[in-house]
Amino acid sequence: MSARDLYQELILDHARNPQNFGELEHASAHSHRENISCGDTIDLYLLIEDGRVAEVRFDGQGCALSTASASMMTEAIKGKSLDEVQQLTNHFRSYISGEADDLDAELEDFEAFQGVRQLPARVKCVTLPWVTLADLLGQMGE
Amino acid sequence: MMRDLREYRRDFPILQVQVNDKPLIYLDNAATSQKPLPVLETLDTYYRTYNANVHRGLHALSEHATSAYEAARRKIAAFINAPKPQEVIFTRNTTESINLVAQAWGRKFLTSDDVVLLTEMEHHSNIVPWQLLSMQIGFQIRYLTVRPDGTLDLSDLDRMLDGVKLLGLTHISNVVGTINPIAQIAAVAHRHGARVLVDGAQATLHIPVDVQALGCDFYAFSGHKTCGPTGIGVLWGKYDILEEMDPFLGGGEMIESVTLEKTTYAAPPNKFEAGTPAIAEAIALGAAIDYLTGIGMARIAEYDELLSSYAVERLGSVPGVRILGTAPQRSSAFAFTVEGIHPHDLSSLLDTHGIAVRAGHHCAQPLGRRLGVPASARASTAFYNVPEEIDALVDALQEVKKVFGYVSP
Repeated sequence: MSARDLYQELILDHARNPQNFGELEHASAHSHRENISCGDTIDLYLLIEDGRVAEVRFDGQGCALSTASASMMTEAIKGKSLDEVQQLTNHFRSYISGEADDLDAELEDFEAFQGVRQLPARVKCVTLPWVTLADLLGQMGE
Repeated sequence: MMRDLREYRRDFPILQVQVNDKPLIYLDNAATSQKPLPVLETLDTYYRTYNANVHRGLHALSEHATSAYEAARRKIAAFINAPKPQEVIFTRNTTESINLVAQAWGRKFLTSDDVVLLTEMEHHSNIVPWQLLSMQIGFQIRYLTVRPDGTLDLSDLDRMLDGVKLLGLTHISNVVGTINPIAQIAAVAHRHGARVLVDGAQATLHIPVDVQALGCDFYAFSGHKTCGPTGIGVLWGKYDILEEMDPFLGGGEMIESVTLEKTTYAAPPNKFEAGTPAIAEAIALGAAIDYLTGIGMARIAEYDELLSSYAVERLGSVPGVRILGTAPQRSSAFAFTVEGIHPHDLSSLLDTHGIAVRAGHHCAQPLGRRLGVPASARASTAFYNVPEEIDALVDALQEVKKVFGYVSP
């Protein structure tokens, strides 16, 4: 695999200029996670209004893959209902684990991570924001 | 150019492997070293011609296996200048060796009033076993701090050693490559009545080790980081200390006599080698040691120093690259960061060039925190690496920076 296959321009764009980056002060839910293999951290904040994601932000320290994944994820879930967010989470999981090869329109940007699917150690980086999101959904479901 | 040891590369079949259609450049030797042909052949010959259990059977194969196994023990004793082969205990790896000291020595001799002194530079394997034991016994754990240059702060050593019953420290840092002045530190520790355990995992591939000159009480190392197979490690300990220790694991081999009520234990080293050991691996570690001593550890150390200086100079000249630790006495592990590029991305990108480095916290999170660098990339060389491979790393780093659009200031 070449460097450009792994780090497609879309990933690098998001890594350089992550969307929805920073703390969200009036969040209704917040979760913090670490990648135990590298010590990377992510904080994810959601503001839920009328059962929908009104605001979402993340910050922390991460590699290009986890930063890009978090950035794309925030774009994908903004404005979605909690049920829809849950469906996107499931959809992402089946794609990144290789169970599914096709991506719905909402997650089509994640096609850029196709090469990463062959690198189990790096799949963790891409998955970290989504696992953190799953934590939040779990919290809110309680 | 320096006189290198490239003639030995042909003994390592793996160095011919292609990775991502590029020749492998293996710079992850601190994680595990590669294995020369004599080690591979020893494993093969053992299983093909004299596989049998040791110390049990009276038949020819068992006697052959036993004598090869014990010969390996003698080779290891000579390799580290141990006074007696019976002081060499076979374990699985450095981690198990340290756990053996914690369980068989620490559990017996440490009390809640005691102090164990470690350093911030330790690999997790020389921290966690002591934390686990401390939870049971309640002794205090204290740490020698690391200075920004990656050396131990020894300015307050006497006070730090006050009340210390065991000092555990690494010979060579697996992250910043610092070679610690063990002999000097051990002498002070002994004045305070402390036992000294040295983690030699990063030393045995790079420098001559003389446990008597170091003046330590225990020395632990791994076979797989010494050109030997995985699954075999060594704990050396002074005989009188080993004698007064409790056994580690219970089972066959470690007993003198067993009745249903009570067991008396065998003398060291058997007391600590319960169960069938890693026979093939022990014998093959003996072959690795023959191989290394055939080249000469002094010669290896001399070349190591040249290649290290070259690597520091070349890597340090790349804009945006920061090498962690600038100890004057250093070995061949170089942790570094590249401005604006996460170590994981760096490692994946170098991999596309066929270059193997490690990325992450290197199982030394306290050191990373102390240096303010939670994650880094690490290149680590061995005697079979050549200067061109350092050049290739430097070239690849320039490429990587292009991919990331990082423009040097």
